[in-house]
Amino acid sequence: MPRGRPACDHGVVSQPAATSGAPAVPARGPLERRRSGRLVAGVAGGVADHLGIDVIWVRAAFVVLAAINGAGVVGYGLLWVFVRQESADVQRVTTRRERQQAIGLAALGLGVGLVAAALGNSVIGWIVGPLGVAALGAAVVWREADEAQRRRWAAGARSGVTGAAGGGRTALIRVVSGALFVALGIAVFLIGNINLGQVQFGLLAVVATIVGVAVLTVPWWVRLARDLGEERRQRIVEAERSEIAAHLHDSVLQTLALIQRQAEEPREVLRLARGQERELRHWLYGPQGYGRGSSGGGVKAPALDEGLAEALTKAAAEVEDTYALTVSPVLVGADRPLDPDLRALVLAAREAMVNAAKHAGVDEISVFVEIEPDEVNVFVRDRGKGFDPDDVPADRHGVADSIKARMARHGGRVRLRSTLGEGTEVHLAMDLATDPATGTTTGDDDAPAPDAAREDEQEAQP
Amino acid sequence: MSDPQDAATPDGTISVFLVDDHGLFRAGVRAELDRGVPDVEVVGEAGSVDEAVAAIRHLRPDVVLLDVHMPDGGGAEVLRRIRPECPDVVFLALSVSDAAEDVIAVIRAGARGYVTKTISGRDLADAVRRVHGGDAVFSPRLAGFVLDVFSDRPGAAPPGDPELDLLTRRERDVLRLLARGYAYKEIAGELFISVKTVETHVSSVLRKTQLSNRYELSRWASDRRLV
Repeated sequence: MPRGRPACDHGVVSQPAATSGAPAVPARGPLERRRSGRLVAGVAGGVADHLGIDVIWVRAAFVVLAAINGAGVVGYGLLWVFVRQESADVQRVTTRRERQQAIGLAALGLGVGLVAAALGNSVIGWIVGPLGVAALGAAVVWREADEAQRRRWAAGARSGVTGAAGGGRTALIRVVSGALFVALGIAVFLIGNINLGQVQFGLLAVVATIVGVAVLTVPWWVRLARDLGEERRQRIVEAERSEIAAHLHDSVLQTLALIQRQAEEPREVLRLARGQERELRHWLYGPQGYGRGSSGGGVKAPALDEGLAEALTKAAAEVEDTYALTVSPVLVGADRPLDPDLRALVLAAREAMVNAAKHAGVDEISVFVEIEPDEVNVFVRDRGKGFDPDDVPADRHGVADSIKARMARHGGRVRLRSTLGEGTEVHLAMDLATDPATGTTTGDDDAPAPDAAREDEQEAQP
Repeated sequence: MSDPQDAATPDGTISVFLVDDHGLFRAGVRAELDRGVPDVEVVGEAGSVDEAVAAIRHLRPDVVLLDVHMPDGGGAEVLRRIRPECPDVVFLALSVSDAAEDVIAVIRAGARGYVTKTISGRDLADAVRRVHGGDAVFSPRLAGFVLDVFSDRPGAAPPGDPELDLLTRRERDVLRLLARGYAYKEIAGELFISVKTVETHVSSVLRKTQLSNRYELSRWASDRRLV
């Protein structure tokens, strides 16, 4: 029955894809038979309502199915028996044309069913097998899916089908090859049936038919797989969202609460706000910060606690916190792991910042760090009072010990420039060992010892 | 918010338009600029990209203060949409973000400079005046970013167009001083050049940042988000 073939194909593709006509209907009720606007029992109308498609397609599908050993008729009957009728009386307008069409289709369906039965052709049986399985699977998936998924599939299937009809090249190839496989299956079966009646021909026919159906439904499977991926992605997004919420709660909300409690003390409020800002910034943009996530690739900066950039940023943050002013470090160049020399540099830089914070009388200190392959330069600058280096009392050890002597011990250089009324700039330079793998031998006084640093502060100049 | 006659600056004041999705911040900037800065006048503000594009088209302000980070595309999107139409409007990026990626994106989209939101009202007014006068404005942080992008690290790709892809030594010196927190005048004194020359160098660095094909510009920015 050659006539049945393309129709069957259609039947499969549009069982899942029958949803095709659906223009994203808001919400669909359960499957219920129509009470009004029906021709026989309202089954076709009900199915159409449930799937959100035009009723004509459902009727056509029943007709086509009727050609397959009367499956359409049986199916209609079963649905009639098992599906309840809708409760409220919804008025539907049925045009005369639609009625005529429906009657015509019903008659056609009956006729086709009778003819098929009369012919007793078992060709169809071979197709019905796989098709039936596929349709059953689709129906199960459909029932399990939630509303949103159904709508997405419907939209997807529509684009898939229109893609095939509308001339996407791959879609065309897919449809043609699928149809060929199905045709091949039937042909092989017919030949086998007529000439040999051997089992392997039958199997071959089944395989070819299944392959054909599979090829035809490729987009649908692809979509199913993509759906799974999408769902996983959404779960990840959800997890991420709760992480952000947790972070905001732990940090920002707590700080805001603290600020409200301490509203009378501007200095404390400022300190809290700065600290929170820094923390949030670090979380967002820091070397391992939240925002870095996907950038991937390339060599990452060394881990947080061992990098020069991190150490300097931390020192700046400490000074900022302790003295309630703004220290804004600008870092240029590729980060380096800390070695004793660089640790000394960080401590000296910290000392310079502390001096500026204590003596310059400013509320902002600029820190510029340039890390070059063979040298690190740190500039700590303020626009404060300034001082005369020669004027510093001899018993003050801050600059002499904490900065100059320390840098000298580690092969660094210090340049200090200060103009009364215009500010001070401390320039620290440290040559880098060409082989960064060396080091970690002389940990002497420059291990991060907060107490020592505090002492230095006490004696800091001028 | 949209008085067309306001935008016309009869007495030489600079008309400024604010784009930021935080109303509170806009109010703050407006208050700071209105108070104590007689030659800068805020003529309008917008809280979204669409609003901003429509209002800028209508008002034609002298200077637009542009937030880098906004929903639906941010400052770069505003620049993309309005800049071809209004080439005489200059844009100054003003952001709390500090993510190198975002900052470089707005600069490349055509902003004449970038300052952080913590800038004082006086400095902001100064920056507005400067971009209005045709100069570029680099905050220390932006100077650091640009210096970093154009640094010759081992393994960096050879420049395609040396004219654009490399900084001259002088430009590098100027950028370094900017990153150290020097003002133009101080830079001029330090390098024994005139303030005008400093401005020329900074403008040329800005042009290179915007036009350079150096592939690191985009790659670097996404690789690195040092604050």
